[in-house]
Amino acid sequence: MADAKVIPFGDDPRSRRGTGAARSGPAKRGSGGGRKGGAAASGGTLAPVPEQHDPLPRTPLDASEEPGAERGGWDSRIAGGLSFLRRRITGDYEVDEFGYDKELTDQVLMSMVRPFYEKYFRVEVKGIENVPTEGGALIVANHSGTLPLDGLMLQAAVHDEHPAGRHLRLLAADLVFVLPVVNELARKAGHTLACAEDARALLERGELVGVMPEGFKGIGKPFGERYKLQRFGRGGFVSTAMRAGAPIVPCSIVGAEEIYPMVGNSRTLARVLGLPYFPITPTFPWLGPLGLVPLPTKWTIQFGEPIPTDGYTEEAAEDPMLMFNLTDQVREQIQHTLYKLLVQRRSVFF
Amino acid sequence: MGKVVLVTGVARQLGGRFVRRVQRDPEVDRVIGVDAVPPEHPLGSADFVQVDIRQPAIARVLAEYGVDTVVHLDVTGTPLGGGGGRTGVKETNVIGTMQLLGACQKSPTVQRLAVKSTTSVYGSAPRDPAVFTEATPPKSLPSGGFAKDAVEVEGYVRGFARRRPDVAVCVLRFANILGPCADTPLADYFSLPALPTVFGYDPRLQFVHEDDVLEVLRIAAHEPRRGTLNSGTFNIAGDGVLLLSQCARRLGRPTVPFLLPAVRWVGSALRTVGMSDFSPEQIRLLTHGRVVRTTQMRETLGFEPKHTTAEAFADFAHSRGAGLLPPEALASAVDRAAGHIGRLAEFVRTEASEDQSSAPPASPAQSSTASKERI
Repeated sequence: MADAKVIPFGDDPRSRRGTGAARSGPAKRGSGGGRKGGAAASGGTLAPVPEQHDPLPRTPLDASEEPGAERGGWDSRIAGGLSFLRRRITGDYEVDEFGYDKELTDQVLMSMVRPFYEKYFRVEVKGIENVPTEGGALIVANHSGTLPLDGLMLQAAVHDEHPAGRHLRLLAADLVFVLPVVNELARKAGHTLACAEDARALLERGELVGVMPEGFKGIGKPFGERYKLQRFGRGGFVSTAMRAGAPIVPCSIVGAEEIYPMVGNSRTLARVLGLPYFPITPTFPWLGPLGLVPLPTKWTIQFGEPIPTDGYTEEAAEDPMLMFNLTDQVREQIQHTLYKLLVQRRSVFF
Repeated sequence: MGKVVLVTGVARQLGGRFVRRVQRDPEVDRVIGVDAVPPEHPLGSADFVQVDIRQPAIARVLAEYGVDTVVHLDVTGTPLGGGGGRTGVKETNVIGTMQLLGACQKSPTVQRLAVKSTTSVYGSAPRDPAVFTEATPPKSLPSGGFAKDAVEVEGYVRGFARRRPDVAVCVLRFANILGPCADTPLADYFSLPALPTVFGYDPRLQFVHEDDVLEVLRIAAHEPRRGTLNSGTFNIAGDGVLLLSQCARRLGRPTVPFLLPAVRWVGSALRTVGMSDFSPEQIRLLTHGRVVRTTQMRETLGFEPKHTTAEAFADFAHSRGAGLLPPEALASAVDRAAGHIGRLAEFVRTEASEDQSSAPPASPAQSSTASKERI
């Protein structure tokens, strides 16, 4: 446990495993095992240091062993980084048809999000075992926080905490894909447009899809209405999940509501800028860019029991009553869990 | 009695190659190539008839040779050989197709029609789904240029299919065609020494190799094989997706990002100089990209492209020669750096742990081969 805390800025669970192997393997300096560890970290398929014979008895000084291990880790890290750089600058990597760049997400984008995830918001994840290990599933979460940081944290939570190392493919609003830079990063991180076609294609490929059906109504609601779920769109997500036969995993996120307490909304400015809302918080826009710093709240993400959708007939997806009922079921489960988590919470910031 | 195939637009590379390819098929008796200008490349044993498909004379050609299969390739984005303007191209695309379809409708012998179209009929907009199927309605119809021509051509072809239900009509929506002798606007773009791109956007692109284009045109021009159907509309593209940034890196050409409004000026400047056709439609493609689903092509048409998107692009890149930043040079630079770092690490290690130097240190050469292996 303590070990895992020591190397928090490692790239992904696999590379962590790699450095762990380098740490425990005492013979790595002599036989170049540290480099092999690096290969395991970057390739991910190689078993970490198979040979277990150690010519050096580990008796003498454990203290002198430690810096050596550190250097071995650095070595493999540099070698891994260089081969990553080599692939990137020669364009020798794959993206899927949605533009998802797995390598970039694992190595770069997730490490950029991770400090926020681990240190700033100190996200606590509960019920990760409710996220299926394989096959398609639709994670439905509440949306809040003025800026969609909750989506990124949810993605990091699944990426870092799930034992099978699954990747969450978020469905994002069309505004994301209009904005320069943002659209590029979103596509590379595996997000795609929130539309039935894309969601269904991803679910049928067996991907884990994340959706926040409240949309702008949820993320742009005033501070006074925090943790009150808004209307869940038209419930299109339920029929999409049903057509793909994928279970729905309700997910409640606590903590995101308080990062930017939105006390006002300038409709005029929003209209001028073509945005769905223009937030006014105690710090924004008064302090300029400083006002963009979110408050360091303590977050909890709870995944609930999956709701199966594969027991229905073909026509069920066309039945509006059933759709509304299922939508309400998902919504109530999320709302209920939100209240439960709020009662358990000691303070907003700790 | 064998088939008589009429091919339009044979003065272009693609048309010429298709004519030479299709006349080798055993079931084909005769091939007639048609274009407004005589081709510069040989057409083999095919007959060339110089006729402008915008003129009613095309009907006489159909009747005279008893044509039963028409392959309409004269739907293109750029004027041939750089001459003529956009108006001429548009007329050939739209009026030419109308004339040709009118002639086909009158002809009792025509049984099969294959039309080259493009995936740009879907447009590209940020609000579109990530992957288009043949049935996806475009969110924003192309406002002009070749894409709009293609939309209109497809409209006329649909009308023709309705009026002549006995004729098998196949519309092939090709992704961007690349290959060693491609002469498309996108190929011109990729031949620029530095690629102007739109700042903050990295479009997904899909390519189809010229050889696959010829192959799928043959499928469309012949009787369908057992278990397949070759009438309808099909997306044709190689497997996989390349990002524009990836293409630039694989080509070894630097990119120059411009803000979206500035790209339009750069585009029109380049067009005035005549270096590249940088139409608004092309800018949209290079902003938002376009990816199509090819399930229909595989399952209904029964066609498996031999080249993936990446392979088609590699073949194209190979034919264009090295750019300013060849990927091989960059890769070997990184390898050299890896060697230096390995040597440095060795040095530091031997300095620090002289007392524990029982095992021989790995040589830098080994480390650089190790890094190569990993790649």
